[in-house]
Amino acid sequence: MSEHVDLGRRKLLTAATAATGAIGAGLAVSPFLASWKPSARAKALGAPVEIDISRMDAGSMIKVEWRGKPVWVVRRTPEMLSGLGTHDPLLLDPASDGSKQPEFAKNPARAQKPEYFVVLGVCTHLGCSPLSKFAVGEVEAGWPGGFYCPCHGSKFDLSGRVFKGVPAPKNLEVPPYAFVGDGKIVVGAEGAQAA
Amino acid sequence: MASTEPNNAAQQGGLSGWINARFPLDKMLREHVTEYYAPKNFNVWYYFGALSLFVLVLQLVTGIFLTMNYKPSATEAFGAVEYIMRDVEWGWLIRYLHSTGASAFFIVVYLHMFRALMYGSYKAPRELLWLLGMGIYLALMAEAFMGYLLPWGNMSFWGAQVIVSLFGTIPVVGDGLVEWIRGDYYISDITLNRFFALHVVALPFVLVGLVVAHILALHEVGSNNPDGVEIKKTKGADGKPLDGIPFHPYYTVKDTFGLGVFLLVFCGIVFFKPDGWGLFLEAPNFEPANPMQTPPHIAPVWYFTPFYAILRAVPSFLGTQIWGVLAMFGAIVLLALLPWLDKSPVKSMRYRGPISKIALGIFVITFVMLGYLGLKPSTGIYPMLARVFTAIYFAYFLLMPWWSRMDSTKPVPERVTYDAH
Repeated sequence: MSEHVDLGRRKLLTAATAATGAIGAGLAVSPFLASWKPSARAKALGAPVEIDISRMDAGSMIKVEWRGKPVWVVRRTPEMLSGLGTHDPLLLDPASDGSKQPEFAKNPARAQKPEYFVVLGVCTHLGCSPLSKFAVGEVEAGWPGGFYCPCHGSKFDLSGRVFKGVPAPKNLEVPPYAFVGDGKIVVGAEGAQAA
Repeated sequence: MASTEPNNAAQQGGLSGWINARFPLDKMLREHVTEYYAPKNFNVWYYFGALSLFVLVLQLVTGIFLTMNYKPSATEAFGAVEYIMRDVEWGWLIRYLHSTGASAFFIVVYLHMFRALMYGSYKAPRELLWLLGMGIYLALMAEAFMGYLLPWGNMSFWGAQVIVSLFGTIPVVGDGLVEWIRGDYYISDITLNRFFALHVVALPFVLVGLVVAHILALHEVGSNNPDGVEIKKTKGADGKPLDGIPFHPYYTVKDTFGLGVFLLVFCGIVFFKPDGWGLFLEAPNFEPANPMQTPPHIAPVWYFTPFYAILRAVPSFLGTQIWGVLAMFGAIVLLALLPWLDKSPVKSMRYRGPISKIALGIFVITFVMLGYLGLKPSTGIYPMLARVFTAIYFAYFLLMPWWSRMDSTKPVPERVTYDAH
């Protein structure tokens, strides 16, 4: 037996053992972290919802709950639609370049069929639910009609596009949706690109 | 040498001798209580550490009793709190002690921190003590935030919605992170259940662990005092600091008196004004959580409002509002960096010049004003004021390396100043 200690060998073995242990600990942690993800039941409850729009009057709005969030459907009048192009310079993101919506809704009406506006009623600032203020001049002089968030004063037009100079950084989010059958919308699924 | 040390275990008979031979009971009591020498010139500002410890115990005890009747489920939580308030014997008292205790905790902790700012208690060799304290402060904020969701009132729900959304501003991973924190696509039963687990099990462990570490670190370096003089530098023939007195009985008696005064005020609020004028319990929280209906005005509980005001003061640009979130967390990080930002050669305000005194005064006004603005709606003059005070808040810390060095100082005495009464 020798008194000689191979320090290099000892160092290598210590490092290798520590590294193996760290990898093992990391792997052991991952089930606990993953257990925080939406469970199978939460995912099932987050499935698409069907909305009946066949009895909506022009200018009316309905609210439906999808994934715990309010989804609004507004059946816009021709006047509401024609007013959309009149205030582009006042908007932060008129072409919806930096906002979230399905590809088919990246247009001034932010809709698949301009008449029916489907949008999440969740302010893009900090998640409050804005109020519908459709009448011209209802919020302030020159108000073109739209949505107003009572929490921090963000303003959106009738396509959910955000005005400049308010806390919200983006237009209201348009969820994936599709028209099915006669007079029904499914929110949460986008035809072939179902979310 | 072993022979010079008192060998109590051998001398003591009976039960205490038996214990001390197996567990360092007497040794620990001596080190931390009867022979822990604290400076003799503590003033009124030195009550708040002991009071924080008292409120921690109060929250643990009342919290345990609340869990015996509370149900962490979205359908039952609001009703369970009503049940505690109306049907459980003395349930109203236990719940009001806990809800008022939360605000009291922050009051005594803020005063405790202000004391450190005033007397330079964060400076060497107490940097780690200060960092451990900041850790306690962070854990306390997490604890308070998660606890506020549990009554499942409408402000609970929307407050959690707003705060959890903050993480959604982080680029790329934000949305996934928010979903991971909530465990659902919105603040739901699942979120409530996990916040309950964190509030009741995980964070109390963290808090108690950090408090133990904070006290151990304090007893290692020794307490600072209003003069900022290190009492360990001047020791008597017996090796004890000349300006030190044993924690027990001197400060246990003093702290007991302070506790009496504190309880007078605390119980007054618990019995006569448990909603704390709408600051401790907010009006919208007296109706159940409603995911479809945001309360008209969202404000966090008062102890978060200075940081909430900073969050709102920073406008969004480049299509993201992460800047406000960064500013809010930065405001807390800067506080933790105090030991390295403060370049003054003296600790206590008593021996600093006018610049430090004025700066500290401005900082206190700024913190209180931000707290006030965080409660107000973001309209009219308020957003502009919030921006001004946010700028002052950051200037206080970021310019500290310069103004603290520029300031004049007075000579610090060798011994603490103390008038015998």
